Amino acid sequence: MKHIISILVENRPGVLARVIGLISGRGYNIDSLNVAPAQDATTSRITMTVPGDNRVMEQVTKQLNKLVDVIKVFDLTEQKYIDRELALVKVCSTVKNRSAVIELAALCRAEIIAVQNKAMIIQVVGATDEVNNFLELIKSHGIVEVSRTGVIAMSKAEG
Amino acid sequence: MRTGVQCLMDGLKKAGVQTIFGLPGGQVLDIFNGLYDAPFKFVLTRHEQGATHMADGYARATGRVGCCLVTSGPGATNTVTGLGTAYMDSIPLVCISGQVPTHMIGNDAFQEADTTGITRPVTKHNYLVRNVDDLPRIIAEAFYIAGSGKPGPVLVDIPKDVQRGTTEAATPNEVKIRGYNPTTEGHPRQIEKLAEAINKAKKPLFYVGGGAISSNAAEEVAQLARKAKIPVTTTLLGLGAFPETDALALRMLGMHGSVTANFATHHCDLLVSIGARFDDRVTGKIAEFAPHAKIAHIDIDPTSISKSVPVDIPVVGDVKQVLKVLIPLVESKERAEWLTQIQEWKQKHPFAYDQKGSKLMPQYVIEQIYALTKGDAIIVTEVGQHQMWSAQYYKYTKPRTFISSGGLGTMGFGLPAAIGAQFGCPGKVVVDISGDGSAQMNFQELVVAVEHRIPIKVVILNNGYLGMVRQWQEMFYKKQYSATCLGQSGRGKNEKIKDRPDTPYLPDFVKLAEAHGALGLRAKTKAAVVPMLEKAFAADGPAVVECIVEPEANVYPMVPAGASLLEMIHSMA
Repeated sequence: MKHIISILVENRPGVLARVIGLISGRGYNIDSLNVAPAQDATTSRITMTVPGDNRVMEQVTKQLNKLVDVIKVFDLTEQKYIDRELALVKVCSTVKNRSAVIELAALCRAEIIAVQNKAMIIQVVGATDEVNNFLELIKSHGIVEVSRTGVIAMSKAEG
Repeated sequence: MRTGVQCLMDGLKKAGVQTIFGLPGGQVLDIFNGLYDAPFKFVLTRHEQGATHMADGYARATGRVGCCLVTSGPGATNTVTGLGTAYMDSIPLVCISGQVPTHMIGNDAFQEADTTGITRPVTKHNYLVRNVDDLPRIIAEAFYIAGSGKPGPVLVDIPKDVQRGTTEAATPNEVKIRGYNPTTEGHPRQIEKLAEAINKAKKPLFYVGGGAISSNAAEEVAQLARKAKIPVTTTLLGLGAFPETDALALRMLGMHGSVTANFATHHCDLLVSIGARFDDRVTGKIAEFAPHAKIAHIDIDPTSISKSVPVDIPVVGDVKQVLKVLIPLVESKERAEWLTQIQEWKQKHPFAYDQKGSKLMPQYVIEQIYALTKGDAIIVTEVGQHQMWSAQYYKYTKPRTFISSGGLGTMGFGLPAAIGAQFGCPGKVVVDISGDGSAQMNFQELVVAVEHRIPIKVVILNNGYLGMVRQWQEMFYKKQYSATCLGQSGRGKNEKIKDRPDTPYLPDFVKLAEAHGALGLRAKTKAAVVPMLEKAFAADGPAVVECIVEPEANVYPMVPAGASLLEMIHSMA
């Protein structure tokens, strides 16, 4: 099972390398990874999806907690949460299929960001499944390139 | 206004550093210049690996944080094995390394290495100091992190311009790190649960590891064991945490542990790990480890709990603090049946070797060292067969008297670690027990012992082989002694050197010792062992005693890797 782990870390050089090194050094995998400064600029938030059973996840979170630069680790999968991902998709589109692409994008609540002679760049936001679904549907028009942010997530807890 | 070097010196002073082991180089010239009239003893080692092992041995023997100082590039990369050794065994030390000036970092400058990158997996934490204003805080943090919680090595990499820069920043009196708050007090409810389990158990067993030693809890372990009449087995790193001469002591468990300890582990109904981490050399086949037991685990490191063996009663906390709360909750009991069973096993299955005839058996040498030192020496070992024999045939009664690289298994650790231990404990007899393989790693550090009149005794059990690997080849690889014969005979075709006679004594350890300025002695017969050891122990300075032992002696009992603890091999016959 995939777990979404949200890690609040010190915003310092080398901290990401520590987190990644720990995961790879202990033989775990990362499916996706996202890093950016958090609200308090002295901290950063790392969100990653890691496959593994509960025992693996217990080790991963405990090992991460042991790092001096890690302030807090949450396994969001254990609680109610919202997750989102953003993808930019460059799709082949000429006059012929343009309206079909626009229609599909609208149906999937994707946004057209740029229109070019032979391609369009579309932005799709949603849970990983929704993004995957859109990519699957748009595939028949010819995908030139995809760039995804990886998952970010937030607990629904109000406190 | 202080320079970076002054900040470092003040920080070291404040941390209570007395002795620093190290080697200079271009990027630490400023630090060494500052050290010139600083109030620390500086020990010039002959290799940076030696410096780390000395700081490590010093830390293990004294319980203080060890300190070493090296230059950038190769100086720093040479510390990797020493840091890894300390990391695996949770030994507190701080390693200061020089670095090229910040503006040159990343430019492939002369003697530049990504030291924090390279040492990240082998340190508890490390720092690259980019700004001199941070240096006072970082030095204080480094010593705090190394010595607190689960101890470990910390490296501080200081670029040359940071050493020379100036700052108003003061050395902090107190360290606070928001991401680092080790749990030292055990949860009261968990401790109660553990006490209930102990009180209910018919066949409880304590399995004590290095954590009991690093938390200075030997006294509490003994109190608890004696109060509740619970037998005690220890890991390799736990040797000395409970007196092995005590009737409740079962000696070491695991791959080369005692039959009694392994039987007791198999048959107990409650196994309480006290600062031990269920290492694979202890558990053997996990599915068959302590199959009848409820498992409790006291450990300061939450990641150690249920890492390999699922734990029923975890207590996260410092061993000493937890035991102090636990002892009054535990009832005095007799447990006559269980203890009778254990006495029976003990009588029937002591550690034993072939004592017939006049062969010079390696185990005999250890027994003589035990007799001559009256069990009161600090025994340091290298890694291999001699290490296991040192664990089996010397009885440890006090903590910090057995020093060995357990987790990483670093050959070449013992001699420098013995020197470090002796610097920390000048009044003690310190013996490095070695094999002829390990002895050839880091032998150069003997010069340090000679110079400083550090009277360590190095006893080399020379069997002409890389013995432990040879033993595995004998048992599991059809006696194909690939790359384990230090002499010529027995080598495979691809290793045999044409027209090379099988010279004895290559190297000649007696001459090698003498060349370093130490006393060199050799015992070729059983009868010569005691006189040679006596001579060595009587000498004022360091001495090396080479014992030419039975070449194919094996370490028994042995649990093959991955087998259950009951599947002990007792001989090849």
